[in-house]
Amino acid sequence: MKKILYTLLFLLPFNVLASSGVKLDSADIDLNDTMAMERGAKYYVTYCLGCHSAKHIRYKRIAIDLKLDEAEVLKVVAPFGAGIYDQMHSAMNAHDAEKWFGTTPPDLSLIARSRGADWLYTYLRSFYTEPGKSPLGVNNVVFPDVGMPNVFWQLQGSQSAIKQKIDGQDVITGLKLDQPGQMTPQEFDKMVNDLVNFLVYVGEPVQLERQQMGKYVLFFILMFIALAYLLKKEYWKDVH
Amino acid sequence: MKQKMNQCSEWLLERFPLSDLWNEHMAHYYAPKNFNIWYFFGSLALLVLVNQFITGILLTMNYKPDAKLAFDSVEYIMRDVNWGWLVRYMHSTGASAFFIVVYLHMFRGLIYGSFKQPRELIWIFGMLIFVCLMAEAFMGYLLPWGQMSYWGAQVIISLFSAIPVIGDELSLWVRGDYVVSDATLNRFFAFHVIAVPLVLLILVFLHIVALHEVGSNNPDGIEIKQSKDPWGHPVDGIPFHPYYTVKDIVGVGVFMFFFATVIFYMPELGGYFLEHANFIPADPLKTPEHIAPVWYFTPFYAILRAVPDKFAGVIAMGGAIVVLFMLPWLDRSPVKSIRYRGGMFKKALALFVIAFVGLGYLGTQPATPGATTVARVLTAVYFGFFLLMPLYTRWEKTKPVPNRLTTQPSLEDRIPALLALVDEVVEVHQVPDNIGGTITKKRPNWSGISAVLIRFAKNLKKSLD
Repeated sequence: MKKILYTLLFLLPFNVLASSGVKLDSADIDLNDTMAMERGAKYYVTYCLGCHSAKHIRYKRIAIDLKLDEAEVLKVVAPFGAGIYDQMHSAMNAHDAEKWFGTTPPDLSLIARSRGADWLYTYLRSFYTEPGKSPLGVNNVVFPDVGMPNVFWQLQGSQSAIKQKIDGQDVITGLKLDQPGQMTPQEFDKMVNDLVNFLVYVGEPVQLERQQMGKYVLFFILMFIALAYLLKKEYWKDVH
Repeated sequence: MKQKMNQCSEWLLERFPLSDLWNEHMAHYYAPKNFNIWYFFGSLALLVLVNQFITGILLTMNYKPDAKLAFDSVEYIMRDVNWGWLVRYMHSTGASAFFIVVYLHMFRGLIYGSFKQPRELIWIFGMLIFVCLMAEAFMGYLLPWGQMSYWGAQVIISLFSAIPVIGDELSLWVRGDYVVSDATLNRFFAFHVIAVPLVLLILVFLHIVALHEVGSNNPDGIEIKQSKDPWGHPVDGIPFHPYYTVKDIVGVGVFMFFFATVIFYMPELGGYFLEHANFIPADPLKTPEHIAPVWYFTPFYAILRAVPDKFAGVIAMGGAIVVLFMLPWLDRSPVKSIRYRGGMFKKALALFVIAFVGLGYLGTQPATPGATTVARVLTAVYFGFFLLMPLYTRWEKTKPVPNRLTTQPSLEDRIPALLALVDEVVEVHQVPDNIGGTITKKRPNWSGISAVLIRFAKNLKKSLD
């Protein structure tokens, strides 16, 4: 225990340099675009919710924040059988997940806050086929030895890595599309962007509200400073 | 009605010394009249303390100190509790604000010699508050039960195990388990919510009582009690209330402006106030790639990592705080304020600031060999500043100290000079536009900028002598 923590303390930070260094593409996040977030919510339920819950958000909250009708949310966004006050739970249970993937897929409520929008946007578009690598047959540029299959393979098509030998080591310099999917690369990027937009919203549903509120609070405080300053001036005018 | 009110207040005053207390600590407490911007941070620290108490009490109403529920209960507060997000951000931002304010408050003490005789005890109480505050912040950080909460606590508690002989038993006793677990979370909750705040409150009380006994120091570092008017009031003093209450309210407003900006627009402050990895629930089986404490601990964390041996590192980290306690006796200069101290102290202080900020930065970064070397040099500077102090403060050539307070231009008085400076570095061109008028274009005036920079460098050099 002592030894492990000792190494932790001094050696672990080295790994950061080894694992990072992949250049991330930047996602175009617009939390005022409720249409994009609605599309993202649908994609989430279709492609992610099978394995990943987002248990900190309720369908009711989505309806309020995305300005949708509750019945509409239940019909087009929520999976069959979900109620409006339900949280976004996954249908897969932990026992099956453990058996099929070796681990429970993480809840994604806060993934945008821990990983960041750009990371998610790049990650979801960076799967490539690597036969024999794992039972899944895929790997990921920003998440080496990823434990998740490429759920978008039908839409995106399949990519393979362009590798170059640099200093005797294979380094991935790019990805090329071997087999086109149902979507063009532009359509696919837009779809992933919508999904990430939704995840950023789910990470902190109150963020738009607090930014709108912020300007009134700051204006009030400025008024307060002005009054307080005048009061101070008045009291201090005789002090020399 | 009025008579009834008078009777009531008389009844109270015969039984409780309310007006005496008010007069002693507010209305008849004479403070030097030349307090500058550095003197806002004491009252601001009190404000943040109150903020932490109120928001903390509100948070405990919905927080669950249970390893299975803690993380989710914080998200519940953030999403489902009315205004819970605001209360939580006020508390998390308040923690960082507390350290910003307290570090600046301590630095004020350092530059104006507020720790020196006769105010040693105030400094000691203040240092105890600082230590309590660190304990409070460290234990509070475990409560959200995120990855950084968990592994930060794991690393820091394991430091106890570096102590020879009793180390392992001690860290086991602190954790209540072999790893950080539910038992640890529960006891940290108890300490964070009851024990440490209670001690903190008592220490703040003692800090202020001790201060009001000897009186406040000032930017000139002279005792205002030495020159009194015929009625026994210090000629250079003014009653704390109303003069400094109204002044501190302005400081409160400015502070709130920055505080609200962080809360409403950047509550994570780029991962410094709320670390990104702390949005992942604690997982005892998954060690994060890079464990870094929150920014206010990083200078001490960098000192810990700079020392190659673990036990020696722990000693160094503790020593970095213990040495601060001894400051009143390390400083041998007869002069308090930096305004009248010699060049030696000013240069040493400048080096110390560089070392402290540098260590703070390095503590957030991975420990590469290069970074570790720099951290070692800065650690040496940090300790050198204190341990060599008895020598260099004795030798330094001080300037004559005036008998009465001096007046310095206030912030308002400096505005014209500032505007002149802006004119000097900006070049204005009048360019005709296509509808017959003229457009004013502004460009940087390079010769002006270089003149300003040279003047600044010369002033800096002069002020360090």
